Amino acid sequence: MAIVTGKSQRWRLLGAHLFLIALICVTVFPLLAIVSISLRPGNFATGSLIPETISFEHWKLALGIPYEAADGSLVQPPFPVLRWLWNSVKIAGISAFLIVAISTTAAYAFARLKFRFKTQILNSMLLLQMFPAVLALVAIYAIFEAIGSYVPWLGIETHAGLIVAYLGGCAMHVWTIRGYFDTIPVEIEECAKVDGATHWQAFRYVLLPMAVPILMVVFVLAFIGAVIEYPVASILLRQEHNLTLAVGSKYFLYEQRYLWGDFAAAAVLSGLPITLVFLFAQKWIVSGLTAGGVKG
Amino acid sequence: MGRTDWGRLLKWPFTTVTALACLWLVFRIYASGQPLWALAALGLFGLGFFVYLSNVAFAYRYLFPGLAGMLVFVAFPLLYTVQIGFTNYSSSNLLSYERATAYLLEQTTPGEGHGWGFALHPDGQRLRLVLAPGQADDDEQPETRAERSLVTPPLALGGAQEIKLEPLAASGFKPGEPLPLGAVLKNRQALAALKLVLPDGAALSYAGVREFAPLVPTFTREAEGVLKQTATGVVFRANRDTGFYEDGAGERLQPGFKVGIGLGNYLRMVEDPEFRGPFIRIFVWTVVFAALTVLFTLAVGTTLAVVLNWEALRFRTVYRTLLFLPYAVPGFISILVFKGLFNQNFGEINLILNTLFGIKPAWFADPFLAKVMILLVNTWLGYPYIMVLCTGLIKAIPADLYEASAIAGAKPLTNFWKITAPLIVKPLTPLLIASFAFNFNNFVLIALLTNGRPDFLNTKVPAGTTDILVSYTYRIAFQDSGQNFGLAAAISTIIFFLVAMLSMANLKLAKVNDERK
Repeated sequence: MAIVTGKSQRWRLLGAHLFLIALICVTVFPLLAIVSISLRPGNFATGSLIPETISFEHWKLALGIPYEAADGSLVQPPFPVLRWLWNSVKIAGISAFLIVAISTTAAYAFARLKFRFKTQILNSMLLLQMFPAVLALVAIYAIFEAIGSYVPWLGIETHAGLIVAYLGGCAMHVWTIRGYFDTIPVEIEECAKVDGATHWQAFRYVLLPMAVPILMVVFVLAFIGAVIEYPVASILLRQEHNLTLAVGSKYFLYEQRYLWGDFAAAAVLSGLPITLVFLFAQKWIVSGLTAGGVKG
Repeated sequence: MGRTDWGRLLKWPFTTVTALACLWLVFRIYASGQPLWALAALGLFGLGFFVYLSNVAFAYRYLFPGLAGMLVFVAFPLLYTVQIGFTNYSSSNLLSYERATAYLLEQTTPGEGHGWGFALHPDGQRLRLVLAPGQADDDEQPETRAERSLVTPPLALGGAQEIKLEPLAASGFKPGEPLPLGAVLKNRQALAALKLVLPDGAALSYAGVREFAPLVPTFTREAEGVLKQTATGVVFRANRDTGFYEDGAGERLQPGFKVGIGLGNYLRMVEDPEFRGPFIRIFVWTVVFAALTVLFTLAVGTTLAVVLNWEALRFRTVYRTLLFLPYAVPGFISILVFKGLFNQNFGEINLILNTLFGIKPAWFADPFLAKVMILLVNTWLGYPYIMVLCTGLIKAIPADLYEASAIAGAKPLTNFWKITAPLIVKPLTPLLIASFAFNFNNFVLIALLTNGRPDFLNTKVPAGTTDILVSYTYRIAFQDSGQNFGLAAAISTIIFFLVAMLSMANLKLAKVNDERK
């Protein structure tokens, strides 16, 4: 930009740097603090940000290994963190895969096929998606209780039930994928159809390979969404070995039982991979957010 | 071509098997006394088969799984919630009228009259019960007693069991010395769980360390909706307004049943002063919380976007990545991290405040400080989203506008208020409304950070000073005592309408934006 630089420019630059650095300190402090706390011995000890003595006791407990305390007693892990992590990854992985599958086919129909009530369905999907699931928790609980009394493996306290509940919320992903399909020229598939391909073949062998990037984005978004989902998981899953990380992590910080250090290790262990995935996929996620959010 | 042939070959067997499974499920739902649910399931399955077998609904084959999922798990829960809001569904009124009545009629109490004396006899590793009419110390000849005695098959005690008795003489069991009273006392609980069935079909249950007594139904049905307590003769009538069986004095039988109470839950919010007080305060706080969050995140987010857009500034990418971090860390982790950091006695934040200023604020016990903390944490969590949005919007502003203003000698602040702000405010508004609606329902933050605490004192329904409407609803429905699903659903319904209004406003604004482009 060809803005004429005044005398105050250097001072303003310096000010901006100081402002940003101060803000970054505030932003990063909690994250660094939690790493440091996980390495400090004891559950209540407070200390400097850089720990004086490093102890891996919390990490051992988080990984499910009992450790020997200073007085010789064996401390057992308070919670099955790895089990929770596995539950989260399993539920999120399966539901993200299924969400991609059903949203892609639905998006194909909306982008390429002609049928009745198309715009009405699309618009009502967008409207429905604006009501958060938290509000319908009572009904969701009642529905799964009813389902469970006929099909036990889909009821309350089952992972399959939770996955099915997550599948219901695929509308935003349908919109995102449809937006991407709209950018791919129809002519390519029409060529395939002239060569004798069916609808399904044109979709499966022509359109789908070209849409892989957006499918990856939707998979990551759905995966992270399911990992961090709390309300529905908290009412459908109650038994300790069955919980997901989002629900289980809470149990570390009860008034009567404040396992601050153990929580810190579990938090870093489970939060780091998701954070890295998010940062890695940042660019696409931001574009996905803006594409699906307002316009279609 | 091989694949297609297999597909054709398997199509009908597969369809038949699936159809049979679906019909079996529908039948089971119907047989358990839920004809409406059975009909709904039949409708859904039927639609599924129509979509996949008929050529008319071709496009819907691609849509069916997603749409069915949304219908069952998004649209239906919405309607069902509204419906529950008009009922007294709660932990004391959990069952339907038929099931509550059936439950009450199944209740039995050991009746008065002639009991059966019993003794425990070992039989190998197991035990047998030998019962004789009358008390064991009656003056009856042991021979005649033995003739009329009954015996159980060898049994292992534990858990509820229903056991048929047979005459002792026919069983071929020779009772030896009975076990001492101590063994009976030790097995009291297991014995109490037994239900012994006499050859004539009457049932006996444990009535004391020496006796089993005949079971009498606690209630008998006098007429439809009228139950009589057998022991006292008191008549209980089903009250269709309260959902309980009640006697003349207003005494209620548990469990109650589910009935529609019309606007009862809504009237309670308006009329009951003990309930209205906290409700209004929670509502006001919800609006304040959502509005201030949007305001703060907007202030921090736009400032950062503007500063980071300044090309003379070095290391902008590094700054941007670091400032994006709060958005990348999963919410349930960072919220809990803050919960620990703000802890009054051993939290890092009070440690720093104590060293610098010698103060230790009670973040969780003081209502005002708790609210301040919630806003601080939510601003931390929320500003990166606004920052990213604003960065995109500012990039779209043509550079020559700033060149012109520079020629006119404008200062950065003038630039922001006269050029940047007016140009980004229009596209930003729908996103801000969406953000307001999101925070209006930001359940996870409240549930994990304060769980609504500190609580109001002396309220009928547990309510906290930092509760927002959704977390309050969750507490009414799933926590503490009571589990009042009906009331929770009524509050949810009110929130639905608010969210719906916000969404409508949002769509209108978005449309206006689109037309301008």
